[in-house]
Amino acid sequence: MRKLLCTVMCLILASTATIVSAQTRVTLGTEGAYPPFNWIDENGDLQGFDVDIGNALCNAANLECEWVVQDWDGIIPGLLAQKYDAIVASMSITKERKQKVDFTKKYYNTPAKFVRVKGSGIEINKDSLNGKTVGVQRATIHENFLRDNYGDVVSIKAYASQEEANLDFLAGRVDLLLADSVALLDGFINTDDGNNAEFVGPDFTDPRWFGEGVGIATRKGDAQLTESLNAAIDAIRSNGTYAEINAKYFDFDVYGD
Amino acid sequence: MDLTIIWESLPRLLGGALLTLEITGLSILIGLALAVPLAIMRLSDKSYIRIPVYSYIFYFRGTPLLVQLFLVYYGSGQFQEFLDRVGLWLFFREAYFCAVLTLTLNTAAYTAEILRGSIQSIPRGEVEAARAHGMSSVLLYRRIVLPKAFRLALPAYTNEVIFLLQATSLVSIITLLDLTGVARIIVARSFEPYKLYIAAGVIYLLITYVILYISKRVEHRLSAHLRKRSSPNVSPSNFR
Repeated sequence: MRKLLCTVMCLILASTATIVSAQTRVTLGTEGAYPPFNWIDENGDLQGFDVDIGNALCNAANLECEWVVQDWDGIIPGLLAQKYDAIVASMSITKERKQKVDFTKKYYNTPAKFVRVKGSGIEINKDSLNGKTVGVQRATIHENFLRDNYGDVVSIKAYASQEEANLDFLAGRVDLLLADSVALLDGFINTDDGNNAEFVGPDFTDPRWFGEGVGIATRKGDAQLTESLNAAIDAIRSNGTYAEINAKYFDFDVYGD
Repeated sequence: MDLTIIWESLPRLLGGALLTLEITGLSILIGLALAVPLAIMRLSDKSYIRIPVYSYIFYFRGTPLLVQLFLVYYGSGQFQEFLDRVGLWLFFREAYFCAVLTLTLNTAAYTAEILRGSIQSIPRGEVEAARAHGMSSVLLYRRIVLPKAFRLALPAYTNEVIFLLQATSLVSIITLLDLTGVARIIVARSFEPYKLYIAAGVIYLLITYVILYISKRVEHRLSAHLRKRSSPNVSPSNFR
């Protein structure tokens, strides 16, 4: 009995000890359904540009990091509810989001683009788009952009993840997709499923919708974490780690200018 | 707490609630129409009638509704060419159709099981008495078995209707803008999950209350013969 009691006490002590030393422990939230930036591989492990960048930043900032997977449309509420301390999930820095969360500086910036079925002849102007159906991921800058600029002519289908939108594009339920150009290129067009899809229209970068690039979201008032992540972004940009990760996924510079 | 966001989004939420009601109502009606013959077939002595129906019920009760929705919606997308050839893609293309189809098949399975239970609980004596009067099976079911079975099934069936109403919230994942779907869209831009989901919850609660009220009224009507008659009607003077 005494032995058992001792074990229990030890366990309690051990667990409090980890809480005490948890100051440099940070939990990162990501979506895990947005290749090539973040996805879950066959073994159930997180992979992708966001994940590698996140790990590199934790390394540089001397933080002990742990990942949590969370569906996209609940990812900001999850941060506010303290389920994790930072979002590393290709989240664009926008005014709307800044009202609720803080952001680090950007760690990449790529434009948004439409995708159509090859040979469908749809062009990106209000006449040609009239009556068409466009698939977007819910709660993204792309959805906001579409509703604000083309909401009067197209019908919008919003999906929980980009992968589901791609599936419905393949099934012919939507005529177009609007999303980040890199996510569409490497996550869809360059895959086996995407050989009947092509980009159409200009690059969209208007900061009113697309913000200042992709950053890491933190809770307001968590300035210490934001600062150390900012310093870490500078560090991996200058010591070559960023370039290494960039080269692992892309043959062009995703950082933007 | 600042409630303006709820007030401002109320018209959109109510629009979503309308779709929720529509999908629930359609699925319930078609589902019930399917459930009656299914329940009777489920009780058949002939195994070639009973086993297929039982398998269907077993499948729809044994798998999550979410999986069924994914299967019908994204699954049909995989067979788009085939469905197109047989002219069914026109329907399967629409998320609305896929949602009503899945929910109908789901609720029909559950309702058939509820009805089967209540049909089996009808006293044998009543059935034998009807037979002794020379009633055919059809007449027996129409006059004796089904009316009583419906009354017995009503409390359990009300539960099923309420479950189905709440299950419709799943259709937002196949892009339909039902009450939950609308709330999610507004949350996506306002980042006010608590206020909006509470508002949506209150609307679901109100609809549930209405369903309970209707069910109570129906139950009251159907059980009129079980209550004491109010005294004036049975006063001896009425029989003179």
